[in-house]
Amino acid sequence: MKVWRYGDDVNTDMLFPGKYTYTCSTADEIIPHLLEDLDGSFSGAVQAGDVLMVGRNFGCGSSREQPALGLKAVGIQAVVAESFARIFYRAAINQGLVLVECPDAVRAYKPGDTVELDVERGLVTVAGEVYTFPGLPPQILAIRDAGGLLNYAKAKLAAREG
Amino acid sequence: MGMTFAERVLARYAGKDVVVPGEIAVVRPDHLLTHDNTSAIIGKIAPELEKYGVVSPSMPIVVLDHVTPASDTKTATGHKKVRDFAKQHGLKNFYDVGEGICHQLVAEQGHALPGTIVVGSDSHTCSYGALGCFATGVDRTEAASLLLTGETWLRVPRTIKINLTGTLPHRVGAKDLVLTVIGALGADGATYSAVEFHGPGAASLSVEDRLTVANMGIEMGAKIAVFQVDDKTRAWLAERAVDPTAWQEAWADEDAVYERELSFDLSALVPVVALPHAVDNVHPVSEHLGLEIHQVLLGTCTNGRLSDLRAAAELLRGKRIAPSVRFLLLPASRTVLKEAMAEGLIQDLVEAGATLLPPGCGPCLGAHQGVLAPGERALSTSNRNFRGRMGTRESEIVLGSPQTVAASALFGVITDPREVL
Repeated sequence: MKVWRYGDDVNTDMLFPGKYTYTCSTADEIIPHLLEDLDGSFSGAVQAGDVLMVGRNFGCGSSREQPALGLKAVGIQAVVAESFARIFYRAAINQGLVLVECPDAVRAYKPGDTVELDVERGLVTVAGEVYTFPGLPPQILAIRDAGGLLNYAKAKLAAREG
Repeated sequence: MGMTFAERVLARYAGKDVVVPGEIAVVRPDHLLTHDNTSAIIGKIAPELEKYGVVSPSMPIVVLDHVTPASDTKTATGHKKVRDFAKQHGLKNFYDVGEGICHQLVAEQGHALPGTIVVGSDSHTCSYGALGCFATGVDRTEAASLLLTGETWLRVPRTIKINLTGTLPHRVGAKDLVLTVIGALGADGATYSAVEFHGPGAASLSVEDRLTVANMGIEMGAKIAVFQVDDKTRAWLAERAVDPTAWQEAWADEDAVYERELSFDLSALVPVVALPHAVDNVHPVSEHLGLEIHQVLLGTCTNGRLSDLRAAAELLRGKRIAPSVRFLLLPASRTVLKEAMAEGLIQDLVEAGATLLPPGCGPCLGAHQGVLAPGERALSTSNRNFRGRMGTRESEIVLGSPQTVAASALFGVITDPREVL
């Protein structure tokens, strides 16, 4: 498992350039351009189970959902951040991408440190040191457990039709 | 204990007496805005749309504006899909290519009303806070779900109160105000919070100025950025034939509880720019005079309204821009374009050297109509200067007011508009 470390204010243009937003919507179209203007090596080297360790305000800027969709599609285990921008935060919940807001863990991390996650218990371990993060409210967990917002909405519609 | 604007509106929509920050409010927004991305949104739910239809034909607002007129076959095909969708479902609020930028249309066509909730699959949906509307951006998946169910959840935000006093000095714009606020708060200074603008300074701003300020709420991370409804708002809506019984105004109580309060004196503001590559990298124009620019962009959802074009024309009338500069003019809507034509502003700006682009988003997001070459620098009235946004990561974007853009176009370098005769 590789840890990809990036800094503060990583915006959605860096995660997925705006010039592609109206021509790339599916995971296959998104992945080649994922993080293109932030780290050109990412999309060719990322592997399922990898973790992103990032600074403050991750995902700020445009409401485009390709960054969240793409990170989920390549199998990112979780994005651990000091803080997230709000639309990206929603987009990640809606895609079922795991976000962990844990500034202490991010600040403690040094290149080469091991990182382990226990999302259910709200624990992140960096180089053997354990940090905790708060759980999600029940309404949000219901969306995650349904496998994302669309599955949640579809199940609700089907139930209404009953 | 009093309530903030956000608490009051969310409580009303959630059917509760009181809501508190952190609580999840389940609400049915009055409108959902989607644009060119409608094509991708409906692609996610094609079988469900067939089976259940759209929640209501008057709830969605669909605008083709981001890559318009179509730049290639793929975007043209996307537009056609959206057009067919609007027709098939009898959508009441569909605006085709050329009508304008979605945020301008939602405001000027009377869709964003005081005290109502509008969400949109675009981050600058927060613009309508200028009209006392609770307006915020969502992603495409959420928009798809809303088209089907009409329902979503919103976390009740904490609120930052910004007190404004004074009035804007000559050739200092609302853009200078909002950039100054973002510079002070930081790009994440209001993340997940609501921002309320209070005081005599807020009241002194025109509705168009307020639209510029609220538009950039997202650039400080805010969920919403909102102004109190006053006679200016009511008159602006009345001029657009909006029925005053269609809304219920809302505002914060005197004793509402805020996470933070800041104050700014409009009279003390100076022209500022946001330098590459962050919107909170804000500095006085006077400290960066002479920085070379190759392209200027006047317009967009931030500064593409009549008052913005007037402010630029006042500086450029009868003059000619520097030969080293390309000047792109992007009115926010067909209505703005028509009014600007009637006033002679388009004539003034084109004679000064502007290239008129169709109302839409154009070069702001680097899709077409004026992308930059590596090594070039643009000065733009738009809202983002992120690396690569105007087409290549080897170019730079500087943000400024219409006044600063016009003054700088004359000389091909960053220029203080107050110094131009």
